[in-house]
Amino acid sequence: MSSNRRDFLSHSAAAASALAFPLVAGAQPKPVRIGVLHPVTGALAYSGQQCREGALMAIEDINKAGGIKALGGAKIEALLGDAQSTPQAGTAEIEKMNEAGVSAVVGAFASAICLATTQAAAKYGLPHVVDVGVADQIVERGLKNTFRFGPGYKKCAEIAVANLHVLNTAAGKPAKTVMVIHEESLFGSGTAQLLTRELPGYGYEVKEVIKHANPTRDFNNIVLRMKAVNPDIVIPANYYNEYALLVRTMQQQKVMPKAIYSVLGGAASSYKFVKEFPDAANGIIDCNHWFNPKDKRSADLKKRAEAKGLFFSYELFMTYTSMRLLADAIERAKSVDRAAITAALESSTYSDHIMPYGPTRFVNGQNQGAQPLMTQVAKGDIKVIIPRDYREIDPVFPLKA
Amino acid sequence: MFDLSILFPAVLNGLTTGAVYALVALGLTLIYGVLHIINFAHGAALMVALYGVYFLRAQFGLDPYLALPVMVPAMFALGYGLQRVVINRASHGKDENILLVTLGLSIVLENLALLAFRSDTRTIETAYTLATVPIGPAMIAVPKLAACAGALVASAVLLWIVRRTDLGRAIRAVAREKHGARLMGINVEHVYAMSFGIGLACLGAAACFLLPAYYVNPLVGNGFVLVAFTIVVLGGMGSFAGALLGGLLIGVVESLGGLWLGESLGQIGIFLIFIAVLLLRPQGLFGARA
Repeated sequence: MSSNRRDFLSHSAAAASALAFPLVAGAQPKPVRIGVLHPVTGALAYSGQQCREGALMAIEDINKAGGIKALGGAKIEALLGDAQSTPQAGTAEIEKMNEAGVSAVVGAFASAICLATTQAAAKYGLPHVVDVGVADQIVERGLKNTFRFGPGYKKCAEIAVANLHVLNTAAGKPAKTVMVIHEESLFGSGTAQLLTRELPGYGYEVKEVIKHANPTRDFNNIVLRMKAVNPDIVIPANYYNEYALLVRTMQQQKVMPKAIYSVLGGAASSYKFVKEFPDAANGIIDCNHWFNPKDKRSADLKKRAEAKGLFFSYELFMTYTSMRLLADAIERAKSVDRAAITAALESSTYSDHIMPYGPTRFVNGQNQGAQPLMTQVAKGDIKVIIPRDYREIDPVFPLKA
Repeated sequence: MFDLSILFPAVLNGLTTGAVYALVALGLTLIYGVLHIINFAHGAALMVALYGVYFLRAQFGLDPYLALPVMVPAMFALGYGLQRVVINRASHGKDENILLVTLGLSIVLENLALLAFRSDTRTIETAYTLATVPIGPAMIAVPKLAACAGALVASAVLLWIVRRTDLGRAIRAVAREKHGARLMGINVEHVYAMSFGIGLACLGAAACFLLPAYYVNPLVGNGFVLVAFTIVVLGGMGSFAGALLGGLLIGVVESLGGLWLGESLGQIGIFLIFIAVLLLRPQGLFGARA
């Protein structure tokens, strides 16, 4: 009873103080509205939903830690948007977000969508942090509002090809021929174009480049062609569903190249894929967005994501860190003004993150330190193999003699 | 690149894909080929059936093949109702109206699906989704083989209905001479609705065979409409055997086209064959001369 009485008194006191000082609530700083825009429906829904989760986890962490301190502890409020896996829908969402008065936008995963949304946001001077979108055109159009935290596909393709050559040379050059399979949108086509330009310079013959639509539910023909061409290395560059189906069809048709060596592979560095198809995933090498495995916070974030029933995919941690980068810029801008946030992003030196990028430095909207890591699936897990600074296991190459 | 070693697997793969196409086209053969109803909602109806199979699996864990006894009558009821309540009333029996009504219907169904299910592409996993059986040097997917069997059984059933039953005789009578049939006491509206129902019931079966190795989203039917119309005309209007063989032919042409012209150009072959057949045999492969 006495505890009940104590509770009653404390609750009454709290209620009374709230009534006595109604201005206290009113003095709460206005929340900072941020547009969180991803393709959460359509062909790219899985990736888009993972991105959204990453953004929401970052917002939760920022708000828990006291919000934007320079603005009196203002909380970040997400305005969620769905790009429906099309650039047009993404553009329409930017219009809505602008009307709603957001201070900045984080998104929009796919290159083709980012290309449209950054352009639309530029009209309103709306700062747009690109979380994934690897096409380099995104940051090559002189848009002052566009900032990409991660690497573009040019850098990824160059690093992937150079490392392939290192691995192949170390193994006595067993691989000479390559087949590239890519999805047909900006990301896949651009990556394939870069690969076919880079590979011959290192002495590799690109036997064939095959394009496919999103979604594709039958890879039998493509795998039959693979059988006929018999390349030493297969390089897929596509999104999760198609990547998973391609590799499963290869397994089904018993096609085993010397290596599956992905560049920004949709499922190659995915715990979901490794868990669901351990045999198909085993040994796959990928050059992709990856966190610093030596940073303890990476493991903590991974645990938290898994506790929510989520896979710790690159979409999730890329958007998580992009949101934190934006929050850091708002903190330093001490304002919700779009121009002030843009200026703070331009001069950003954000380094309190789990990515292997070092301190942030934007030149024409591209973070100069951004780099992919090389991973390999081994024993049901994904481990970093290159560069040496982040290496967790030694690479296995080739998979098949 | 021309490699004979993959020709056999590619042809087999094409045949099994073609069987799925034939399954989708069989219903249209009855609706368009026999009764000359240009049903542009055929693809949208397939989409509805695919969602039906998807939700039976997702909600009740029902295997797609075991969903056949549910989906076939359900789609029949939908078809009968749509023809009786919507298409017949809105078209006033005019062909050009039917075309517009079914086109409108397809837009409504697709947008209702978009509203209800969003634009997500959904797939199901079954124990046999990725199962294969070796046939010579080829590895053929089990769901596709099942679709082949399904297409054969469905064509046989349709052929039996049209040739051997009172309903079939009534359908043929209405197709040949609508007014004469009415004078002979045949309920023409009922026959139309029954035909439409049977046509959509075929889609219910097609969806059960298709989903284990395919996907569903609100626009999934669009990819099948043109192919289905092509198969009906190619096989010969109203010929079930023609639809079956036309489907298989289209499947093989698409497979070989995809193999040597690339995935994006693979479908060109379908329309080249279609034009060639129409030029050389205007009545289609199995159609009777008018």
